[in-house]
Amino acid sequence: MTAATFAPQDLSKRVSPGTAVRNTLTLAWRNLVQIKHNPMELLDLSIQPIMFVLLFAYVFGPPMEGSVDAYLPVVIPGIIAQNALFAGMSTGFGLNTDITKGVFDRFRSLPISRSAPLAGRIIADTAKQAWSMTILLVVGFAIGFRIETNVFALLTAFVLLLTFAILFSWTSVYIAMKVNEPEKVQIFGFVVIFPLSFLSTAFIKSTEGIPGPVAWVMDNSPVTHLVESMRGLLVGGPALEHASIALAWGVGIALIFAPLSLRAFKKRA
Amino acid sequence: MTYAIQADGLEKRFGETQALAGVSLTAEAGTVLGVLGPNGAGKTTMTRILATLIDPTGGTAQVGGFDVVKDAHKVRQLIGLTGQYAGVDEMLTGTENLVLIGRLLGIPRQESKARAAELLERFRLTEAAERAAKTYSGGMRRRLDLAASLVGRPQILFLDEPTTGLDPRSRNGLWDIVRGLTDDGVTVLLTTQYLEEADQLADDIVVIDRGQIIAHGTSDVLKSQVGGQVLEVRPVDATDQDVVARIVGELAEAVPEVRDGLISTPITDPQLMPAVVRRLDDAGVTVGELSLRKSSLDEVFFALTGHHTDDIDAEAGELAEADKEGASA
Repeated sequence: MTAATFAPQDLSKRVSPGTAVRNTLTLAWRNLVQIKHNPMELLDLSIQPIMFVLLFAYVFGPPMEGSVDAYLPVVIPGIIAQNALFAGMSTGFGLNTDITKGVFDRFRSLPISRSAPLAGRIIADTAKQAWSMTILLVVGFAIGFRIETNVFALLTAFVLLLTFAILFSWTSVYIAMKVNEPEKVQIFGFVVIFPLSFLSTAFIKSTEGIPGPVAWVMDNSPVTHLVESMRGLLVGGPALEHASIALAWGVGIALIFAPLSLRAFKKRA
Repeated sequence: MTYAIQADGLEKRFGETQALAGVSLTAEAGTVLGVLGPNGAGKTTMTRILATLIDPTGGTAQVGGFDVVKDAHKVRQLIGLTGQYAGVDEMLTGTENLVLIGRLLGIPRQESKARAAELLERFRLTEAAERAAKTYSGGMRRRLDLAASLVGRPQILFLDEPTTGLDPRSRNGLWDIVRGLTDDGVTVLLTTQYLEEADQLADDIVVIDRGQIIAHGTSDVLKSQVGGQVLEVRPVDATDQDVVARIVGELAEAVPEVRDGLISTPITDPQLMPAVVRRLDDAGVTVGELSLRKSSLDEVFFALTGHHTDDIDAEAGELAEADKEGASA
């Protein structure tokens, strides 16, 4: 019975770096092509930021800074930062969906790079983040927001925001490993990110007049540093120090949550 | 010779729970090995180890001659996996799902598309090819899932309860597909809760209970061990129960089970039926219900282990709880 014997076969021993990159890009494509069948997601990525900009600018602008125009340099960078935090939750949401639906098992049974499913998702989510930030800038521009710096500063702002978003999204990856339904990632994200983004200078110029302990929390929040560096890079002002502190926070968060996520994943599998 | 699948003393422990307690089995190339057992018996855990998704805590396994832990990447180049829960991306179309797998396996784009079209055709999904998988029925999803596991032309295929939750028509369709695969020389490991399914498809069957193999053989061997059929008699007058049990027991040479006024016993010889009818008639028993049917998994279990599968289901519930705790700890 020749068919019954399994002769040792010539198979590759591990995934080559080239294959790993290709696997990652294929899975990034997969996450982006989903949008085609779920236009709601693109709406989510576009409508929500637009709504926030318009509501904040026209409702809070005049009482806070005297006019919409005066408030835009404050609020646009703030909303960009806040939006990045919320959008970071989608990494965990998608990951958890893949795990609970069995898609992740399928990927892991294939001879592909072990990190490709996660890396592919992060790349796709970063593209979505860039899209949201662009939408915010365009809507801001339409109602009077102007970038007061230069192209180099603008690009730096993109790089900084996307880098921080990737680092921060490890928190949502960790939650995704711990909960059994994707919706719980969203709930958790809302409960944590909502206060986190408001306990910062995202929607205000300074913490003057805010009670001491609350002001202290706000002044030292990583979100505040992210917001201030965005302001510096987009409308001028000190940016380097804030950017460094924000990135340090991001790296710290990733250093804690990446190993925790991997451990939780191994336990779960 | 090298077996397509070989496991030696596989063990897996999740915290306090011993999901597998030393499972050894072999499957020859080109055959279907049926793994029969109730919920929580350890079927899925075993499949996941063999498909390189989790590492065993003890024992070894080779798939296609390669160790599932040390040579996992090589094993993955030989296998296909269709899990209990359809692993298809609901947001993508049927075509996109299959092209995605093809691209991940390094098949060029055009060839991936051709392969996708071919598989969709074979699994009667051509009409739904350009629709998102979330619009598919349960049976269609399973077929797409199976198609996805076949994109890379695997030599060894793991099917974890492929028909659980499917209606009889979809189930029969899936059976035909599995039969077609073995004609192509694919080795299949199929887990199931249904004796009939194992009987229909498997060349060889292992029965697994509480993480251990409790019986092994061809379908015929197992049936001769446990009785392929079940004779059930319900007398109109409940006081006749003892008489009926005595007569049935004598003829079947077994101790019948009496449950809620129903006397049942596994039998191997269908010729027994007329004899039972005659003897009951002679004894003046009026029979309200008399039937001869194929043994269920539950009866196979009762014959092999002395306990019913629902006893285990309760434990399976606990196991699932323990899993959850493990995940949230």
